[in-house]
Amino acid sequence: MRKWKNNVRLTLSYALLLLISAVAIYPALWVVLSSLRPGGSLYSEHFWPRQFTLVHYAELFTSKAYLYGTWYLNTLKIAVVTMILSTILVTLSMYALSRFRFRGRKTALTVMLVLGMFPSFMSLIAIYIILLQLNLLDTHMALILVYSAGAALGGFIVKGFFDTIPRSLDEAARIDGASHLQVFAKIMLPLSKPMLTYVALTSFTGVWGDFIFARLVLRTKENWTVAVGMWDLVNSLQNSNFTMFAAGSVLVAIPITLLFIFLQRFLVQGLTSGASKG
Amino acid sequence: MKQHRTIAVLLSIVLQGLGQIYNRQWLKGILFMLLEVAGFIYIAPRLGGAIWGLVTLGEKTQKFVKVGKVAQMVKGDHSIFLILDGLIILFLVFVLLGVYVWNIADAYRNGKLRDEKKAVNTFRQSYEHATTFYFPYFMLALPALGVLFFTIMPIVFTVMLAFTNYSAPDHIPPAKLVDWVGFKTFVDLVKMKSWSHTFVGVLVWTIIWAVLATVTTYFGGILVALLIEQKGIRFRKLWRTIFIIPYAIPQLISLLVMKNLFNGQFGPINQYLGYFGLGGLPWLTDPFWAKVTVITVNMWIGIPVSMVLILGILTSIPRDLYEAADVDGASTLQKFRIITMPFILFSTMPILIMQFAGNINNFNVIFLLTGGNPAKGDYQFAGATDLLITWLYKLTLDNNKYNVASAVGIIIFLIVAIFSIWNFRRSKSFKEEDMIQ
Repeated sequence: MRKWKNNVRLTLSYALLLLISAVAIYPALWVVLSSLRPGGSLYSEHFWPRQFTLVHYAELFTSKAYLYGTWYLNTLKIAVVTMILSTILVTLSMYALSRFRFRGRKTALTVMLVLGMFPSFMSLIAIYIILLQLNLLDTHMALILVYSAGAALGGFIVKGFFDTIPRSLDEAARIDGASHLQVFAKIMLPLSKPMLTYVALTSFTGVWGDFIFARLVLRTKENWTVAVGMWDLVNSLQNSNFTMFAAGSVLVAIPITLLFIFLQRFLVQGLTSGASKG
Repeated sequence: MKQHRTIAVLLSIVLQGLGQIYNRQWLKGILFMLLEVAGFIYIAPRLGGAIWGLVTLGEKTQKFVKVGKVAQMVKGDHSIFLILDGLIILFLVFVLLGVYVWNIADAYRNGKLRDEKKAVNTFRQSYEHATTFYFPYFMLALPALGVLFFTIMPIVFTVMLAFTNYSAPDHIPPAKLVDWVGFKTFVDLVKMKSWSHTFVGVLVWTIIWAVLATVTTYFGGILVALLIEQKGIRFRKLWRTIFIIPYAIPQLISLLVMKNLFNGQFGPINQYLGYFGLGGLPWLTDPFWAKVTVITVNMWIGIPVSMVLILGILTSIPRDLYEAADVDGASTLQKFRIITMPFILFSTMPILIMQFAGNINNFNVIFLLTGGNPAKGDYQFAGATDLLITWLYKLTLDNNKYNVASAVGIIIFLIVAIFSIWNFRRSKSFKEEDMIQ
């Protein structure tokens, strides 16, 4: 009797798991299949295409109207530089906030928290004018500058992580005569690999996803990022060129999704280390 | 014997760095002095104009003047640039004042050392002293400057806009000037029928959305996590990886894809409904269904995050609690209600509140999916699914109602701030941060 009940429970559970898996995968699968379908329209008779073609992928790179290749390289460039700069800035500042007790520390933490609560593009107009004054509009430099400058504000998770590394470690090193910088470089950095990965990954992917600010700053088509381009593609020709949009989406999503899945372990650690201390 | 410190302080007040030179800290003194000279050269000619600009917001508009036979345009004052230029100068003045105070304090400290017949630090020693005792300040200096100029100053600027009449069509520079109007924008938002109707409508939907979006993803996450962690379920890692996919795909892409999936005319969802003999639904074009769609899509995106979080917490629940419950003959449901749920709630409470606050500002889901539409005729520049934040965006970028947008921004901030500060204060990590170790 008991066993029978257990089997029913398991069967139901597996059925539910399969159903959720289908829902989770379906959109991704649909886009991949759409990108391989001949023709341009959003509507298709069959879920599984009768014929497969790579023509939309080729089109992305040959079309004069869509500079997809250029956008892709632009985004890659901005994302890599932003990732490096913001990882350095975030780890340095959060290490200082976590490890040292200095005057103004609590104020700094509160200011960080309060600033994080302003809707991010409330400052959009002002940043736009500042960039105009600095002659940085329509440059990638502007995006890198603004993304990295704001990075430190999102560092609570990193601070939380540093808090959990025993302080006796760095005290011991200090007694042995290491300078603060040495302690940071030789002891803290090797220990915080998961956190560094987390910060680097989120700032890298953040650039791929941001289109609001990028759209405001980047005016000429050659300077666009993928996000701006894709958004434009969807909004300007929804039904007629859907398959091309699908192909573009796949090319953006694949590297990032793979990165996420391979680095999952670090992500989970990053998420939970912010949580567990509630 | 307080001679040295008095003289050093007085000299440093007169000219930054002079006190240090008096204390025979040559290099440091020269550095201080150069900084002051550079700052002075930059700021002095600009300060008067900056204050004038901030107070008056400009006096002349641009106009055409006849020179001979052709009309020539004469540039007027641009009120908005005046505000921003003024702010930049004021911020620089604050930074330099900070250095000035530091210089005086430093002169005093070293003067005191000399009064006590102790040697002052050489430049090398000062450097070492600084990197030991002021280390955190050095680490924070660069990020702090970035935040000051690219976050704090823009926010101050935008807050100031809320107290002006900077809006289309009558007050857009350079053709027209902008003036300070005090709290008029806020009063209009509440009292003027056309604005208040939109404001209240959008505010109510924002709160309904934030509650539903948070609750559905949270409990959805718990459900999925428990499903995976059940006794006897195999391939746990595989399930987890599959369920994480929606989280891994860049949001921008998945939302744009969803927009197409739910397309009323050509989208596959309606196509499938058709197979079952059901009529298609106006997923994105009917006010009610658009709301259902955004919440459903948000679940698809948000549940994986909650699931990851809760899976982490489930593993941290002590096993012996369940063993004890088994001994007492508790049913599965009882174990869940008395052990699992309180444990999850307790550890995720701060995150839950932050997610709620985050959902109030959840721009992407609404903007990319529906763009705030379907439009509502009796709303001012807003649609049925617009949140305060997307309304703010439309007010700013599409309609140039900068003053109303800033006022809405301040209101959003106040709502979010109340939740977050309350949450932050009560969370243990702030109060007892040093007790962890």
